[in-house]
Amino acid sequence: MRARPPSFGKFREVQAELERSGAAIFRDAEGAESLIIHYPYSINYIHSYAEDSPFFLGLAEGHLRGSRCRRPKCRFVFATPRGHCMVCGAPTEWLDLPTVGRVHSWTTCHFGSEAFLKETPYNLAMVEFDGVGSLLLVRLKEAVESDLYVGMPVQAVFEPNPKYSVTDVWFVPKR
Amino acid sequence: MPARSKGKSKAANPVRSISAADRTVTPSTKARKVFMVTGGLTKFAKAHPAMDFRLMVKRAYDYALKGIPNLTNDRIDGTRISYFSDHFTRQLKAASMVQDYLGMNPKGSVRIEWGGATGGECFQAAYEAVASGRMDVCLGAGFETMSRVATWKGNEFIALASDTNFDFPLGGFYTGYYALMVVRHIYEYLRRGKFAGVKDEREAQRLAIAEGCRIMSLVSVKNHRNALHNPWAQYPKKLTVEDVLRSEMISYPLTREQICTMSDGAAVVVLCDEARAKEFTDKPVRIIGVGTGTDTMRLADRPFGKVPLMPHERASDYEDLRYPGVHSFRAGRAAGLEAYKMAGVTNPNKQLDFIELHDAYASSEIQTYEDLGLCRYGEGYDFVEQGDPFLPGIDYGFPTPRAGQIPVNPSGGLIACGHPVGATGLMQGVFAFWQLQGTIAKHFGDPALQIPDARRGAIHSHAGTGSAVTVSIMERGFK
Repeated sequence: MRARPPSFGKFREVQAELERSGAAIFRDAEGAESLIIHYPYSINYIHSYAEDSPFFLGLAEGHLRGSRCRRPKCRFVFATPRGHCMVCGAPTEWLDLPTVGRVHSWTTCHFGSEAFLKETPYNLAMVEFDGVGSLLLVRLKEAVESDLYVGMPVQAVFEPNPKYSVTDVWFVPKR
Repeated sequence: MPARSKGKSKAANPVRSISAADRTVTPSTKARKVFMVTGGLTKFAKAHPAMDFRLMVKRAYDYALKGIPNLTNDRIDGTRISYFSDHFTRQLKAASMVQDYLGMNPKGSVRIEWGGATGGECFQAAYEAVASGRMDVCLGAGFETMSRVATWKGNEFIALASDTNFDFPLGGFYTGYYALMVVRHIYEYLRRGKFAGVKDEREAQRLAIAEGCRIMSLVSVKNHRNALHNPWAQYPKKLTVEDVLRSEMISYPLTREQICTMSDGAAVVVLCDEARAKEFTDKPVRIIGVGTGTDTMRLADRPFGKVPLMPHERASDYEDLRYPGVHSFRAGRAAGLEAYKMAGVTNPNKQLDFIELHDAYASSEIQTYEDLGLCRYGEGYDFVEQGDPFLPGIDYGFPTPRAGQIPVNPSGGLIACGHPVGATGLMQGVFAFWQLQGTIAKHFGDPALQIPDARRGAIHSHAGTGSAVTVSIMERGFK
């Protein structure tokens, strides 16, 4: 036997009760009652970077790697690497990108997904590099919203204690 | 600047631009004519705790069947059912449970999912089932129950619809991605346009962003105030430009009131061939064009090429424009071109009476005006200021001289109606259907949003950062 959970007319009150006891009843305008419970869910994925792996291994060694189409007539250079060329479909090869680029666009996130809320505010920037045909999305640190502009020169900084995540590199205003 | 090869450096830095090639799909002449005969929805709400997804769809379906006695379950040949994310319900194969609940077994069905465009894809899947002759009558049904997780966890689920190797771990957040896009859009068209004369680069960019935000706020006011007359909408509000600008900053420069919310809701459409259409209603609406387009999942991979032109545009309009970059939605342009070609639309601004457009962000509504050729690239901000997408007869609190030219989101759009992803594109279909039938007053209990004598309209559904877009053109199918 379990005591009947408390009943509420406001969804907000239901949510508060769920935090307290894990069960509540929602009562709608017509008096109909819905039983609501907390239902936890978590999982550790076995995530393979597969063909993107050299990028992440490169970051850990202080290299920012893009990729270049192997086909002599194409040779498209991608800042965000990909195993096969988006233009012609041929395989690509790895190459080191410049570690200095320019802000192509930017924003400051004052909110974010739950996983990143505690890091707000943070800056995201798309970086363009000379001689490279596509962009790279990065965190831009050591700058606040009012410092940022399109065209701003920026440089890469590598995480001294790599986590094998794209966050192992970030950019800062060029010194 | 990326993607610009200059003489000597060519060999050392071999880059070139990817051209956004025109699509040359020729519409089939074998397709059967397809009509919408009814539709229904639930009110979109922050939470419907007393309805699960099955009951929501059932309620929407019952609404659609109301008043059509000869349209019963046994007349439906099959279904297409859409929802975006299994995460939100923690119920895989939820479409199967909808099929069950509606009593549709053992008829054929397919679950449809393509991010934010899920509802629009479902509408077109139902269209294809009928156009191909596979079914005479197809039910398209969609839903989402987003209230089952906290808002910021919901944002995380949505952000998982970005590359989880390269994008999500940086702070995956869709409002952030759209902010990146509009900052560049403002740079391309306001910094290099109205503010081209300002010498100090940073000052020019600040002024341009402030101006862009002000104009985006006009769009937010429009959609929220239109929704005051739409009882199905989640957030009707009598906002002012100041209210929008002063609302919480979510991801610079986008504020809370410029962004759609998460919702619970369902919507359904019933599509059928010509013979059945006449049997079910004397006010059918014909679907005369469908188009889809896609683009890269990662914003960073978007090409810098040429604009695929609409019939009323010339290459010389865009000589210096590198397209789409991160400022425009190439998928929207591709979808529009395909749908317009099929429908015989050569000048959408003149030939469409309204558009229900996927305004997940006030910014993306403006960007989409340009993609859909309502104005040229770069003219989106002026287009708003001149009032073209506003409704005549609604008080917005500022002048809208050309109101009624081509009303966009007369219903209030996603920003004011809500965005239960799998239902949204179908909701647009339902609202467009009622507009073209001339039955807005009946279904809204208020005639204010009825566009007089609306004959042809478009619905536009859009997935994450423009990675997929559908456009469907609907036309009144009766005299």
